[in-house]
Amino acid sequence: MGEQSAPATGLRFENIEKRYGGIYALRRLTLEVSPGECLALAGRNGSGKTTLLRIAAQLVRPTRGTLSFTGNQNDYKARVGYVAHATMAYDELSAEENLTLFARLQEVANPAERVSDLLKAVGLVERKDSLVRTFSRGMRQRVAIARALLHAPSVLLFDEPSTGLDPLGVAWLAGTLRSLRDAGCTILMSVHGESEIASLATRAVRLDAGSVAADTRAGANFRAILSFADA
Amino acid sequence: MSLMSNTSALFGKELRTEFRSRELLTTTVIFILVVVVLFSFTFDPTATESRRFGPGLLWLAFLFAASLMLQPCFLREQGNDTLSALRLSVPDPFAIFLAKLGANTLFLLLTEIMMIPVFAILYNVPVFRVFPQLVVVLFLGSLGLGVTGTALSAISAQARMRELMLPLLLLPLLTPLLIASTEATAALLDPKPTLRWDWLAFLIAFDVIFLTALWLFGEYLLEE
Repeated sequence: MGEQSAPATGLRFENIEKRYGGIYALRRLTLEVSPGECLALAGRNGSGKTTLLRIAAQLVRPTRGTLSFTGNQNDYKARVGYVAHATMAYDELSAEENLTLFARLQEVANPAERVSDLLKAVGLVERKDSLVRTFSRGMRQRVAIARALLHAPSVLLFDEPSTGLDPLGVAWLAGTLRSLRDAGCTILMSVHGESEIASLATRAVRLDAGSVAADTRAGANFRAILSFADA
Repeated sequence: MSLMSNTSALFGKELRTEFRSRELLTTTVIFILVVVVLFSFTFDPTATESRRFGPGLLWLAFLFAASLMLQPCFLREQGNDTLSALRLSVPDPFAIFLAKLGANTLFLLLTEIMMIPVFAILYNVPVFRVFPQLVVVLFLGSLGLGVTGTALSAISAQARMRELMLPLLLLPLLTPLLIASTEATAALLDPKPTLRWDWLAFLIAFDVIFLTALWLFGEYLLEE
């Protein structure tokens, strides 16, 4: 799965503010993610992790501040793979139809082969013709991850990617993320606590009330950030 | 090129999901049928009265049915956040609108064509001799309903009172289209049927103006 070879892109959030009505989701947040970095975002519910990821995916426009890019800046949108809380898959289509649709939209080369490979990788070959609405939460999450990886993205934005996955699924996801990280992908993922997925990160940042409360690359503080030990 | 290929992929998706669930077509056909039948119970029209009131009644039924049919257009993209997946995957968001517009217009046209024979029988109006011309009027009217309805559905899907918002925005905006479609239909149902090019030109202008506006501003309608 770690076949991406395009030069990596970094993200620079400068004084980002996002307000929904009178409520601040993000408040004067400044953060730089270097090209090829694997960053774990931790924080309590409502601390702004999802909003930050949606701004990074350019799905939400910040109220104030700017998002800019470093490294490879060509056609950013086409190189982003995004996994959200929701599965972003059509219930009335089968797993294969969902992936084929997005492969066509993203102009993936050899879409049938790519879809088949990903269905195999996420363990859904036997259920490829079943409608997504008949899937369990974990199976839907596998479809969501496969959709995000279809076009071999070089920037991965994953919002709690292990949600609903069984231990085998988590192990597969950890292996996939590890190979993508090693291949030079920039990864920004929100996590809850210490886990196999969180341990892949080369840097951990804790958000609190929409701002960066802690930021570290290694050491004891790394685990503390993920486990909220000093929160 | 990617606009056309994306539109065609998304149009296929719209048809496939609808023909699997049959939610929109079934409810819209039943709705129009109920309105047309109920109106036929409330007064017993002569052929002359039917020619006078029938076209207006028919287009009002189509209008209300369209507001019902177009409501879930973007709303059902929100359940699983599939709209975000589309926004990330499609370079030109106009493809999303074009596909939905094509599907909505097709569904509206299908239901209208299904309802025309029922209208002809219940209201004693001979429509079959002008059927091809009537289809042209139905197409232009449905396209206008589809363009405005698809755009406003994208707005109302993000509003708080979303169920009320679409009819509230859509119905006043469609008043000119209602008048033009009704007049063009009435001219066709006349004992000496004529295709009124002035009203057809009005419908074409309406469709072109709103389609251009959708092309220019559609991207903003999809933003969160």
